Amino acid sequence: MNLTLHVWRQAGPSTEGAFATYEARDISGDMSFLEMMDVVNEGLIERGEQPVAFDHDCREGICGSCGMMINGVAHGPMKATATCQLFMRHFHDGDAIHVEPWRARAFPVIKDLVVDRSALDRVIAAGGFITAPTGGARDANNILIAKTNADDAMDAAACIGCGACVAACPNGSASLFTGAKITHLGQLPQGQSERDRRVLQMVAQMDEEGFGGCTWHGECQEACPKNISLDVIARMNHDFLVASWTGAGDKRD
Amino acid sequence: MFWRSTIGKKMVMSVTGLIMVGFVLVHMLGNLQIFEGAARINAYSHFLHFTINELLWLLRIILLVSVILHIVAAIQLTRIDRAARPVGYERKEPQAATIASRSMRWGGLALALFIVFHLLHLTTGTIHPVPFVPGDVYANMVGGFQMWWVTLIYVLAMIALGLHIFHGAWSSIRTLGVNRPKARPTRRPIAAAVAVAVWAGFTLVPVAIFFGWVR
Repeated sequence: MNLTLHVWRQAGPSTEGAFATYEARDISGDMSFLEMMDVVNEGLIERGEQPVAFDHDCREGICGSCGMMINGVAHGPMKATATCQLFMRHFHDGDAIHVEPWRARAFPVIKDLVVDRSALDRVIAAGGFITAPTGGARDANNILIAKTNADDAMDAAACIGCGACVAACPNGSASLFTGAKITHLGQLPQGQSERDRRVLQMVAQMDEEGFGGCTWHGECQEACPKNISLDVIARMNHDFLVASWTGAGDKRD
Repeated sequence: MFWRSTIGKKMVMSVTGLIMVGFVLVHMLGNLQIFEGAARINAYSHFLHFTINELLWLLRIILLVSVILHIVAAIQLTRIDRAARPVGYERKEPQAATIASRSMRWGGLALALFIVFHLLHLTTGTIHPVPFVPGDVYANMVGGFQMWWVTLIYVLAMIALGLHIFHGAWSSIRTLGVNRPKARPTRRPIAAAVAVAVWAGFTLVPVAIFFGWVR
C-alpha cells in the first residue's frame, strides 16, 4: 500500500519545527508502524536527507521507548497497543497519516518525534527507597500477599512509562502514570512503612515537573498500551488524602 | 502542602461540588411544591425564612464559601492544566472524553453567570417583569417565567447544570478515592440519575409556568 505521511520535523530542542510530507511506498500490511518509518527513513537517507528521529528500543511492546501521536491518537488506532506493535494492516491504501510527538511542557522535544521523558523517571525517584531486610534471601511465600492485592499490583506494574497517558490527556496530566506506580508499590506488604511519604513525594514531584491535573476525561486509560485502569488514580488520591490527613508529610527524610 | 498540590485542589473542588449538588437537590425538591399550590410553596418559603432563619443563614454561608473555593480552585487548576501543554496538537481525536467532561470549564463559567442572574431574578427581584413581592414565592415564580427569553435562559442553564453534575458528581467521588475499583471505571449510573433528576426537576417548573400549566 502507499501512504502519505505528515510528520513533525524539528532539528533540535530550541529550533522551530514544522510538518513535512513524505510518501511511504510499497508498504506491507505485515510491517509495524516503526518498520514503515524505517522504510521512509531509508528513502530519506538515499536522497541525502536527515531521517526522521523517533525513539524505539525493544520493538516488542514492553520497553516504553516508542510512542507518537498517530492521527491524533496516542500510539495510533489500536487499543492497548504500543506504536511498535501497531501493524500497517490497520491502515488503508492511500491513507494520509499525521505523526506528531508527545506534547507536554514536561516532555520537551529533543528532535523530530523524540521527547525527553526524564520527568517520569524523576517522579519514580521521588518515591525513594523502602526498608527491606538484608542478608540471606527469604523463603518464597514467606510474606503472604492476598491474591487480589497481587493482581492489582501486577496490573499497575505493567506500566512501561511510555508517556501516552500524558500525551493523550487534554490537561497533560501524569496522573495515570503516577497512580500506577503508587498502586503497584502500595498494594504490596514490602515498603508499607514508606507508603504515606511515598505518595506525598511522588505527587509533589509530579506537580513540580509541570504536569497538569486530572479531570477524569478518561483519555489516558484509552491511550495506555498496557490497559491500566483509571482506578489507579482513585487509589493514588485515596493514599494522598490519608497521608495528608495523618501528617505523614512532615516526616521527610 | 495539601492545597498546593493539584490533587488537593481537586479534592477541595470535589467536596465543595458535592455540597452544591446536595443544595441543588433540596432546592429542586422545594421548587416542585409549586405544583401543590400557592399556599404550600409560600408556607415552605415562610418556614425557610422565619422558622429556621439562623439555619438558613448558616447554610447560605457554607454554600457561599463552597462556591468561592470551587471557583478559585477551578481557575488555578485550569491555569496549571493549560500551562502543561504549551504546544498543542495539529490533530487530536478524543477517545473517551464526553461532552460533559469537555464542557466543565465553559459550562461552569456559564453556571456562575446564571447564578448571578438567578439571584437578581428571583431572590432580590432586581430583574423581574412583574412586581416582585417578597414572600409571595408563587406569584413571583409565575410572574417570573412569562417572558420567553427568561424561560429560555433557565432551560439552557439547566442543561449546563445537568451536564456539569453528570461529570462532576461522578468524578468528585473518584477524586476523593472512596470508590471501589471497577471493571468499567467510566460507568456512572448514580451520577447519571442525579443529573437527570436535577435537570428534569428544575426544567419542569419554568416550562410548566411558561406554557400556562401553572398559573
